[in-house]
Amino acid sequence: MKKVKVIVLRTAGTNCDYETEYAFQLANADVELVHINQLISRQKKLVDYKILAIPGGFSYGDDIASGKILANEVRYRLLDSLEKFVGAGKLVIGICNGFQVLVNMRLLPGFDDKIDKTQYSTLSFNDSGKFEARWIYLKNTNKSKCPFVHYKTKVGMIYLPIAHGEGKFITKNNKILEKIKNNDQIVFKYVMPNGKEGSYPWNPNGSNLAIAGICNARGNVLGMMPHPERFLTKYNHPHWTRGNLPEEGDGFAIFRNAVSYASDAL
Amino acid sequence: MTNITRIDILNASNEKLLEISKNGLLSLNLDEMQVIQRYYKKLHRNPTDIELETIAQTWSEHCNHKSLKGIINYDGKIIDNLLKNTIIKVTKELNKKWCVSVFKDNAGIIKFDDKFNVVFKVETHNHPSAIEPYGGAGTGIGGVIRDVLGVGLGAKPILNTDIFCFASPDFSNNKVPEGVLHPKRIFKGVVSGVRDYGNRMGIPTANGAICFDDGYLCNPLVYCGTVGLIPKNKSFKKVKPGDLIIAIGGRTGRDGIHGATFSSAELVKNISASVVQIGNPIVEKKVTDVLLKARDENLYNAVTDCGAGGFSSAVGEMGLECGANVSLEKVTLKYKGLLPWEIWVSEAQERMVFSVPKNKLKRFEEICKEENVELTCIGKFTSDKKLKVQYKGKMLVDIDMKFLHDGVPRVRINATLKTPDFVEPIFEDSENLTASLHKVLSNYNIASKEWIIRQYDHEVQGGSILKPLQGVQNDGPGDACIVRPILSKWTGVIVANGVNPQYGKIDAYHMSASAIDEALRNITAVGGNINNTAILDNFCWGDPTKPEQMGDLVRASFACYDIAKVYQTPFISGKDSLNNEYFNTELNKRVSIPPTLLISAICVMKDVRKAVSMDVKSAGNLIYIVGTTYNELGGSRYYESKGFIGNNVPVVRPEMGKKIMSNLHEAITGGFVRACHDCSEGGLAVALSEMAFAGGLGMKIYLKKVPVNNVSRNDTILFSEANSRFIVEVSPTHQKDFERTMKNISLAIIGKVTRDKKLEVFGINNKKVISADIYALKESWQKPLRW
Repeated sequence: MKKVKVIVLRTAGTNCDYETEYAFQLANADVELVHINQLISRQKKLVDYKILAIPGGFSYGDDIASGKILANEVRYRLLDSLEKFVGAGKLVIGICNGFQVLVNMRLLPGFDDKIDKTQYSTLSFNDSGKFEARWIYLKNTNKSKCPFVHYKTKVGMIYLPIAHGEGKFITKNNKILEKIKNNDQIVFKYVMPNGKEGSYPWNPNGSNLAIAGICNARGNVLGMMPHPERFLTKYNHPHWTRGNLPEEGDGFAIFRNAVSYASDAL
Repeated sequence: MTNITRIDILNASNEKLLEISKNGLLSLNLDEMQVIQRYYKKLHRNPTDIELETIAQTWSEHCNHKSLKGIINYDGKIIDNLLKNTIIKVTKELNKKWCVSVFKDNAGIIKFDDKFNVVFKVETHNHPSAIEPYGGAGTGIGGVIRDVLGVGLGAKPILNTDIFCFASPDFSNNKVPEGVLHPKRIFKGVVSGVRDYGNRMGIPTANGAICFDDGYLCNPLVYCGTVGLIPKNKSFKKVKPGDLIIAIGGRTGRDGIHGATFSSAELVKNISASVVQIGNPIVEKKVTDVLLKARDENLYNAVTDCGAGGFSSAVGEMGLECGANVSLEKVTLKYKGLLPWEIWVSEAQERMVFSVPKNKLKRFEEICKEENVELTCIGKFTSDKKLKVQYKGKMLVDIDMKFLHDGVPRVRINATLKTPDFVEPIFEDSENLTASLHKVLSNYNIASKEWIIRQYDHEVQGGSILKPLQGVQNDGPGDACIVRPILSKWTGVIVANGVNPQYGKIDAYHMSASAIDEALRNITAVGGNINNTAILDNFCWGDPTKPEQMGDLVRASFACYDIAKVYQTPFISGKDSLNNEYFNTELNKRVSIPPTLLISAICVMKDVRKAVSMDVKSAGNLIYIVGTTYNELGGSRYYESKGFIGNNVPVVRPEMGKKIMSNLHEAITGGFVRACHDCSEGGLAVALSEMAFAGGLGMKIYLKKVPVNNVSRNDTILFSEANSRFIVEVSPTHQKDFERTMKNISLAIIGKVTRDKKLEVFGINNKKVISADIYALKESWQKPLRW
């Protein structure tokens, strides 16, 4: 069977490309690291892929605001092909800086399957005022629409690392926030070990509604601050030396679901 | 502007020669100026300003280590090249097959597996960090990363390690001398600088340490280290005559002029900020991306970083064996107005220099364009063995490579052994040592560094196996970090360090020995094998022309030889930063930092799944102490908490140490160990506390069971910092296996892990001397640096 083709988009300052590529390879996909210049010059074409991943890092140094420059570059130079890609129901995942790019280029929350007319949400500075790396508990609160967390393996409560300075999810107003919630677009919430929402450090950045990840209205675009590609085997878990963990890391199901879905449905 | 400026040295008197050196910020001494004078007398001409600059950069202490390589008179005994007689000697004698390249290239290289090698380099960036902490620390990281990019044909950076030395963050503000920044400001600036550069580069910062001592008030130390992964067949380089000299990355500006010579001299107030470089991590990340791509397409024959001395050093070094011809007007500049010599020695950041065959240039340019990186051809490698530099057709430099690289006269230095004059304090042992334990845990040197660690991304690249923070709540202090650079393989790299300037105040020999022991203990504690471990030395010292400073340096180097020889751990790379001194206006005298030797250790671990962490795992498990406890409280944190230094500094007994570490490695690999932690600062008491609160469990401990040598006090057993000791948690089912593996080694079961959350310690006479809630202990340990 032909492997699912995945494009991992790179630019100056991208730095989680290697492990994101590896995560998809582990899920049996055919992965290519592609620099945005290669897309702009049409050396490579989005249409040839079924999954687009925008990995973590500091694209263009996060100058102006995190993810802003890459977002604008995509929006102004690749809008057509991107809208077609998303319109065809193909999958997009943005992790950390990739999530910041997705909200800044208005693919998220993506109320009408296309690029939003105005920017409804952003990821702002952590309440703690600094960059922080730590492991956090996440709960999948999405009812059904996001294949990344439902197709084949239903993702429940998971443990993943975060590493960011600007991860506080905020919306333009409360109505937007309500709409995201009512539309079943919240995918991940930061929780305490008991599954309930908590304050810092359980909610590491002060996100509204403890949101860690959202999808678009259709469910095929996912953005999340935590790093699933950093927890693929149990030996990434901070407590693996204490024993009693499944071999597979919590983050892997997200990649496997995506590749299975793309293979079956696209 | 293109006029050639010549400096008249042919007819200069000795006084005049020194004046030329001083006015030109050349940091050259009279001997050196005279050698230069003789060389130009033979050429029948005067040097140009830029020729003098080139020689000064190449001969600077920073680039040349002339003190360690000099001829030393050590209380009448002549040591011809200290480095060659100690550190390099032991590596040669050990002759390890897995050492691929040592003391030659930009970093040391050892074998990783059948396809890859790993490289490791640690640098200091002290002077810039004193003046501009954020920029200084950032460019420190940037610089050592470029060292790794420039080793062989270029390695991929996989790990950063950072060690800092500052004065106490609560140092009295009105006692800070003129021209010096407050230590807390330096601390915060340095951490931010490392964070912003390292995180943006996408390299995990997973190991480090901080020492606090008021001796670093005027001269903070910033050590930055980087580990890289390099394909075996890319580990060596060779410039070919006829290759183009290609510079890529950042443009050249007026930042970082005289960095190399500046860092080789003592700090004074009112230094021009132009000596500090300005960093941009994203440019360096782009350069990295280009370099790795071009390397894998075989587009160049050699590469090196543009570090101290700028193009002058980079091109000079690369063209050493063949010759080079550079046209400075081709260099792309940040802004107009730079004089030719400024272009030549500028230490503007994020630049790499390549030796590229003509027929590969086109493809190289394509890659650069794809990644938005600037590329400039600035000249050609030749075969005339000369360094020639022109500007718009005028020849500004025309000197022999041989003179430039081998012409530096040997330094003659006097060294003397200084005997310490501390006494062992006399005070009563206390019946209750709980308060003492809390106090020691709150010592800045021991306290949790979580505030800093969390600001570094230690998980990027996805290979994190053992993290800097461990235990049930991810907040216990790990001994060493482990990363797995190739995600499809289980081979990993362990990195650890050892440093303790406190011991150096008593004896530099034992400080060095203890630093090696500590670094190797840390490697062993997580499951590493010291037979697979290489070490790096980084000396930070005061003025080497002061005989007692040099005497300490000699003693420290002897220790490096003696201890590494027995442990069989070769040195693969090292660096020295001397002249860490400052004229303190408050004290009205020149002050030097405490002599400081950082030992960094790197171990290739065949299977990272054998690793253990330091947090205790289950109630009912046995707690062992491995190694003998001696009456060695000299320089301990316990004495410090009582206002003493003492004299019984911990010594290393390397034959026993080697046996302990080798067998412990076997026990861990055999799966008989649930947790392991080394005893270092704060001794047994601190190690037990950390293991208990990291594991969220209590312990009952009996001091009368601890194997001791000439110790009869509870506080000595608890707080002695004797070397080569470990606390090990073993499940009762593995008691026999463990003891069999550790045969003929001094060890004992000293207690058990308990379900209640209390650390209870019973003294020699069986009376309780410590009883503390583990969370209270943790609070004392976390509070001081929880900002």
